[in-house]
Amino acid sequence: MAANEEPKGAGALRNAFGNILCFFILLLIGVIAFSIRLFSVIKYESVIHEFDPYFNYRVTQFLTKNGIYDFWNWFDDRTWYPLGRVIGGTVYPGLTLTAGSMWWILNSFNIPLSVETVCVFTAPVFSANAAWATYLLTKEVKGTGAGLTAALLLAMVPSYISRSVAGSYDNEAVAIFALIFTFYLYIKTLNTGSLFYATLNALSYFYMVCSWGGYTFIINLIPMHALLCIVTGRYSSRLYIAYAPLVVLGTLLAALVPVVGFNAVMTSEHFASFLVFIIINVVALVYYIRGILSPKMFKVATTLVVTLGITVCVAVVAVLVAMVASSPTKGWSGRSLSLLDPTYASKYIPIIASVSEHQPPTWPSYFTDINVLAFLVPAGIIGCFLPLSDASSFVILYLVTSVYFSGVMVRLMLVLAPAACIISGIALSDSFNILTQSIKVHLGKLLSSASVAGDSTSENSASQTEPKASKHTPGEKSEEITKEKQPKKNRKKEKEKEKGTVEKVSNKKQSEKRALILPLEVSVVAILLIVLLGAFYVIHCVWAAAEAYSAPSIVLTSHSHDGLHVFDDFREAYAWLRHNTEVDDKVASWWDYGYQTTAMANRTVIVDNNTWNNTHIATVGTAMSSPEKQAWEIFNSLDVKYVLVVFGGLVGYPSDDINKFLWMVRIGGGVFPHIKEPDYLRDGQYRIDSQATQTMLNCLMYKLSYYRFVETDGKGFDRVRRTEIGRKYFKLTHFEEVFTTHHWMVRIFKLKPPKNRIRGKVKKSKSGSKSNAANKIEAKGRQNPWH
Amino acid sequence: MAISRVVLFLFFWNAILWTPARSDLVILKLDRKIDLTSQTVRVTSSLKIENAGPSTASKVLLAFPSHQARNIAELRSFYREGKSKVSSDQLRVELVEPQGMPPDLTFYAVQLQKDLRRGEILNLDVLAVFTHSLKPFPEQISQTEVQLVVFQDSAYYLSPYVVKVQSLGVKLPSKNVESFTKFENSKLIDSEIKYGPYENLPVFSYTPIVVHFESSSPFAVAQELLREIEISHWGNVQVTEHYKLVHGGAHNKGGFSRFDYQSRPFASESSSFRHLLARLPPRAHSVYYRDEIGNVSTSHLRGDSRKTELVIEPRYPMFGGWKTSFTIGYGLPLKDFLFQSEGRRLLNISFGCPIEDVVVDDLIVKVVLPEGSKDFYSSVPFSTKQWEEIKYSHLDIAGRPVLVLKKTNVVPEHNEPFLVYYRFNNLSLLREPLMLVSGFFLLFVAYIVFMHVDMSISKSSASYISKLQWDEVQTSLQHVLSVINRCLAVHGKLEASLRDLSRTGDVRSCKAARKAADSVFKELLKELNLALGSLQSSPQAAQIWPKVEELVAKERELQERLILKHSSVVDSYEKKHSGREIENRIAAHEQKLVALRHEVDDLIEILDELC
Repeated sequence: MAANEEPKGAGALRNAFGNILCFFILLLIGVIAFSIRLFSVIKYESVIHEFDPYFNYRVTQFLTKNGIYDFWNWFDDRTWYPLGRVIGGTVYPGLTLTAGSMWWILNSFNIPLSVETVCVFTAPVFSANAAWATYLLTKEVKGTGAGLTAALLLAMVPSYISRSVAGSYDNEAVAIFALIFTFYLYIKTLNTGSLFYATLNALSYFYMVCSWGGYTFIINLIPMHALLCIVTGRYSSRLYIAYAPLVVLGTLLAALVPVVGFNAVMTSEHFASFLVFIIINVVALVYYIRGILSPKMFKVATTLVVTLGITVCVAVVAVLVAMVASSPTKGWSGRSLSLLDPTYASKYIPIIASVSEHQPPTWPSYFTDINVLAFLVPAGIIGCFLPLSDASSFVILYLVTSVYFSGVMVRLMLVLAPAACIISGIALSDSFNILTQSIKVHLGKLLSSASVAGDSTSENSASQTEPKASKHTPGEKSEEITKEKQPKKNRKKEKEKEKGTVEKVSNKKQSEKRALILPLEVSVVAILLIVLLGAFYVIHCVWAAAEAYSAPSIVLTSHSHDGLHVFDDFREAYAWLRHNTEVDDKVASWWDYGYQTTAMANRTVIVDNNTWNNTHIATVGTAMSSPEKQAWEIFNSLDVKYVLVVFGGLVGYPSDDINKFLWMVRIGGGVFPHIKEPDYLRDGQYRIDSQATQTMLNCLMYKLSYYRFVETDGKGFDRVRRTEIGRKYFKLTHFEEVFTTHHWMVRIFKLKPPKNRIRGKVKKSKSGSKSNAANKIEAKGRQNPWH
Repeated sequence: MAISRVVLFLFFWNAILWTPARSDLVILKLDRKIDLTSQTVRVTSSLKIENAGPSTASKVLLAFPSHQARNIAELRSFYREGKSKVSSDQLRVELVEPQGMPPDLTFYAVQLQKDLRRGEILNLDVLAVFTHSLKPFPEQISQTEVQLVVFQDSAYYLSPYVVKVQSLGVKLPSKNVESFTKFENSKLIDSEIKYGPYENLPVFSYTPIVVHFESSSPFAVAQELLREIEISHWGNVQVTEHYKLVHGGAHNKGGFSRFDYQSRPFASESSSFRHLLARLPPRAHSVYYRDEIGNVSTSHLRGDSRKTELVIEPRYPMFGGWKTSFTIGYGLPLKDFLFQSEGRRLLNISFGCPIEDVVVDDLIVKVVLPEGSKDFYSSVPFSTKQWEEIKYSHLDIAGRPVLVLKKTNVVPEHNEPFLVYYRFNNLSLLREPLMLVSGFFLLFVAYIVFMHVDMSISKSSASYISKLQWDEVQTSLQHVLSVINRCLAVHGKLEASLRDLSRTGDVRSCKAARKAADSVFKELLKELNLALGSLQSSPQAAQIWPKVEELVAKERELQERLILKHSSVVDSYEKKHSGREIENRIAAHEQKLVALRHEVDDLIEILDELC
């Protein structure tokens, strides 16, 4: 009796151990996900990175200081001067609310963490959450082993690291977690048919809507999957429960988010879900009717309904088309359109096209961002097809769509990363399963052959590369004897051995689900190779986390022969603005620096990274590409006191304003036609050397960037453009230099006060006589857009 | 020269008008030195006083014009014994308002330790430190210009006593003097202007003098400095200092050109400053220097066992009128600063600002005592405003008592230690760890409770019943599986007996094994039927029932086959067939057995997963 009880007890114990082991593995994965993102803090400092995170940080500060109600009603007058911006209604509040409540909880426990610290570490914390969500999702699809592998892969996939290092306080950091978790709950509902999970799913979708504009991916992918299930005849009541509540509750909840509002029912991005909702209801009805009618009656009913249904469908489609045509954005928003038609943005919306992360990725970026996963994905897809379930078909669909989107925009590589991790996790775990099983079988055989010395020769032949060797009775018997001799060996192992035996015996009866047994040498080598592959992945991820994606971009470092050199010019300039200008002064700069200026310098800006008003940005672009006097007039009409330009020519910082200048001209010219791009081009190129056009050499951006630059080395050699500048000695008439940072990377100029009228007239005639003829002709066409 | 004329004459009293009745004291000799090398003005006067009157004097009055008195940061006086020996104990100086004195004058009284009797002579040293007394003139200069400042005082010592002999020396930072008030007996030697000696001046003699000179010393003024000293009895004193710094010199006009600044890196004549030197206590650790937008990377820390020096560089060079703000923080070992005396604990730490040559307009020192401290009070060598606050930090419940000291016009002379006494029970240290431990314990307990308590709302709902039924099904299924497993074990025994037979040829023991197996089979059959009965009756088992049925059937078949094989083998042995023959006879059985066994195993595996 006792012997009979043992396997059961051992099984339960092993189960418990398995659970604890799994728990600790998950814990460690969380630790890895968190700590691999701390390179930025260790190598640099605990600081908010880049541009958008500064805005989020500023909003969070406002939220923690003034409370949630003031946050919803916040009209920000420090940006988009003189228009302002309604922050509460135009921001995705998920990230801010998350960090705000984290801060609030910590503070209610009297743990004195600053808002900044909480913001800096929000992204790593949520990456750990995302890794756990990946585990849950993959576990639903393919079991625990695949889940753990996928979670580990996601914990350090470079693509996700790039968006979630400590300090990268951006929507995506939270949104990826929400995305995966929503998918998990969808699959969970699909597998269980529980309304509880369906409700949770809607809530999780709501959180996703709060966090990121990418929620449209969910609301299009899930209907696609539902449709796929229906079309392939996989409709079940579980699918209905998974899908219908999500659409109803999810849409209602999404409409609660101010930035989405009625868009949740009025833009084309959401129509797919409604269409599929109708279809799934019809299908459910059909299934129900088929259940209560006899087959004959059902046929009659079908013909009746189909004729009726077609007319109704035509009517509905007509209504839909009408709605699309009349909806405020003509259906699709610009960003969505540029996803569907990759050339759309570059044709019509230069602002979207000007952002580097909206460009299509190159092949190397796939390799840096998902690395070996790119090679594992095909294997994983095969794994998903063996066998194909609702869940695994969803994963495949997710992968396929995200591959397409990542091909359109670099930024959406982020959506691909979880899919690639899940599928590669499945591939790795499957191959490990097969390989270790075959090794186990072979080891079992080896052990048994060792136990019976006399039969070694026959055993050897059995363990050779031919697995289906002919049966030998002595071999068989020896197997039996070992089994007798090791009664305490765990059950699974015996089963494996059994399997091996059977494999040998009944080759024709081999069932499909039986694992493929590979030869020992092959499996050992394959395992080694996979481990090597994994090691390569880990090394690459650590490198990516440490070197490629950790730079906060506001502090730059360079390694020279005498050690580390720090370029902290941006903060130098912002700190100067913060402390040494009046609180209400307006600062004009290209829109890239808007968020940073408001957050770090606390000064009002004209345009910022929330590029909602193209005309306003075009105005600044026009001013930057106009000659000094016109620029002064534009800026003065906007009440601007300081102009900030970023100049990398002295130290070789490539992403400076001169390199962005083509976008200023292009965007400015798009609205104010007197700015003509060809005026700035020589041989189709933007040049600032002696070949440059007069318009270029006279424009404000050139003058502000290179003012007194020639005096540094006597030649005016620009290290970014690798050339000597075209116009070396000139004076500023309407602007004066008030601050330049240590490495000249940021230069701040002040608008000179308006001149006395008489003097101004004199000056005007003087300058008019000085400037060349071409300039004069142009000046006639130029107008200040603000008059 | 013209400038000095512009500077106003504030007052000039005729001495005869004011003759205080009690002026029994006479200053025999007075030596005054004004040090203008830094932004704080230090006036050292050594007085030789004789009591010429009939009564004994217990205090000496010092007079300052009110506009000067506003800027007094520190006033100290000492006895001087002999030529240059200065006694260490300071005399008490307090603000007084004596009767019958001229307006616009502020008086301080030096309380003598022992009364000065008639005819006795006293040597007194007085140090007065003034802030904001150097006025930049012109008030705005461009980046490359040198800064000129104006200082005004009186050539004569302003005193309610008759001064017999006096002299004045004004020490300047450099030889470059724009102008100074020429007066009798005034001369400029090197970088020092000498006035005097003047003899037999009546009371309240005042002659304004103005010095206009070049000063390039940094005019770093901390408009606000908040020092927070937090004591942790786990071994650390954490000091956090928030500065709001301004360059108090002549304002910068006409912008700032980085090129001009960089082309003359060692422009010592410029009044701008780049570095500040903070002298921190020895063994300071975890030093940081940051502002509201992050770490400031330009700082250097050097130190040895006696001192720690932190060179900080603001984000940008400080020109006149420019402001900045930053925070310095550092930890100090507790044992260096905290002592025990008579059951009390005693914090002894420096009061003022650790940065050199900085004038602090408003200094607030907050001493955060550990949670649970009682009976605290402070002892500061100069007058401060004091109040108490509560601070909540790191899992506090009651909050930490905070002693706040506020002082205006703080100069480096105030860098003196002050004492805070308080009582604290060491057991309070364990409060927060215990809180954490119990918190986590409760969390785990709650989890255990959650796992073991039936949380379903309704005991009669369909889902609850079905869950119960499913549990039942699972137990009976497990029972069935265990019975079948036992059957399989018996199979193993039978096989073993066969192998024994082939080895030993002992037919009898083999038969016995068979008999034993038969009886066990019968028993197991009964049990199996029982378990199957309960399984069949449950509606929840409908899904798995076919599988179970199949399993039982297969097992039965397997059993029969095995028995057949067994009996045929035993039979053959009894009939003494050859091994080859036996093998031929049982070959068919063997194949079937293996196949059946395989199927049974598969089924068990499937059902196992369901449990």
